[in-house]
Amino acid sequence: MKRICLTVIGLYIGLLSAFSQAINNGDSAQYKKRKLRIEEVNIVSSYYHQEGSHAAVTGGIGSQKLTDIANTFDVKLNKYDKRLRKHTWDIEIGIDHYTSASSDMIDPKDISSASSADTRFYPSVNWSMENEQNGKTIGAGISNSFEYDYQSYGANFNFGRKNAVRGSEYNVKLQALLDRVFMIIPIELRGTGRYQENGSKPRNSFSASFSYSKIVNKELQLMFVLDGIYQQGYLGLPFNRVFFDDGSLFIENMPESRIKVPIGLRASYFLGDRIILRAFYRYYWDDWGLTAHTASLEVPVKINPFLSISPFYRFYSQTAVDHFAPYQQHHAGEEFYTSNYDLSKFNSHNYGAGVRWSPANGVFGAKKFNMIELRYGHYTRSNDLQSNIISMNLRFR
Amino acid sequence: MKRPSKKFCIPIALAATTIVSCVPVKEYQKNKLNDAEMVLSSRKVEKPEMNFQSYREGASGANGGKTGGGCGCN
Repeated sequence: MKRICLTVIGLYIGLLSAFSQAINNGDSAQYKKRKLRIEEVNIVSSYYHQEGSHAAVTGGIGSQKLTDIANTFDVKLNKYDKRLRKHTWDIEIGIDHYTSASSDMIDPKDISSASSADTRFYPSVNWSMENEQNGKTIGAGISNSFEYDYQSYGANFNFGRKNAVRGSEYNVKLQALLDRVFMIIPIELRGTGRYQENGSKPRNSFSASFSYSKIVNKELQLMFVLDGIYQQGYLGLPFNRVFFDDGSLFIENMPESRIKVPIGLRASYFLGDRIILRAFYRYYWDDWGLTAHTASLEVPVKINPFLSISPFYRFYSQTAVDHFAPYQQHHAGEEFYTSNYDLSKFNSHNYGAGVRWSPANGVFGAKKFNMIELRYGHYTRSNDLQSNIISMNLRFR
Repeated sequence: MKRPSKKFCIPIALAATTIVSCVPVKEYQKNKLNDAEMVLSSRKVEKPEMNFQSYREGASGANGGKTGGGCGCN
């Protein structure tokens, strides 16, 4: 009898503890840690080198040799508030250092001078607040960019909404960039009184971006992006030389406003169990007469769940702006003029591959070292410009 | 001033047609969609590449890259 009683009591206690566990589980599902925590840290470094023979600084002729080393350090923090809304802060600091053969030609051409190299420093802070119950997100951010002859101050505001049932999400982002271009003109035009030689001129950019993404089925998702950009102010560069057909020298002169409308479509498709297709197409139009098409395809192949290799190819084609002409082909009487080959008619091909390694127990066994990604790209442009870039992303979680 | 070409409408028409054929996907069916390689926005390792493309090419935007600001002088 005693044994039966003990068994019943034991069963009762067992059942009670099972239910109490269930109730506790229910509570803990609602519980969110409200301490500020580091979500992830990313370090991105890149080395870029280009060669070409149509430098804008020397009027569309001359070396475009350039080397750029860029590093960004990015910390993402998050915290839940009393109403269980997720606040995320993204703090980024970037620093680039470049050396450029064409910039060296702003100053005396017979010796290498200070203009041959520059460093750009660009910090930014972005905040967002996500309500995981109704899928709404709002956010704002500020950014700066400083280099010797250029300063930029930016602010942005964004909001979006996710619909988990429909598998859709839209986002709207408004951005303003208030820039200053310092008036550094080529050495041979200094002291002539023809151009402003001190101080700076404003260049402002205002953009609105709308994106809509949709899950089509278990393997396919799409994103549609439409941007509208309005720029006004001094949109040329004071050290870009333009040689006219009579041999006279001017500095680049462009209209004081520009409207740009890019529209893009992205698709990600999981083909079978190992292959992913990431496709992108963009059509671009602006009121300077430039239209462009961009199409790219990246094919990540999963060697195993932690390692993938991603070959990619990108094709780009653009028409020239209305005011472009090569070296010594502009005519007297033209109101606007440039010999910058970045605004000329050309096609470009960019191809390469990336490797992504994210082992379950951390890279080289370091648990917090969550992922390493390397990417190499070779770029060729039909008007004699080639470049190579190698980038690396280290992620810690 | 040139007007936008009719090709401008092609991505919109393609997207609209595909979106109409969508099927609901439950959370437990999203293991492939949630894969890190399936992200629709550009990844951090692509940013330096997009940065130089925005300098070396006349077109920019609609890809998560910069749409203005910064010199791009060289």
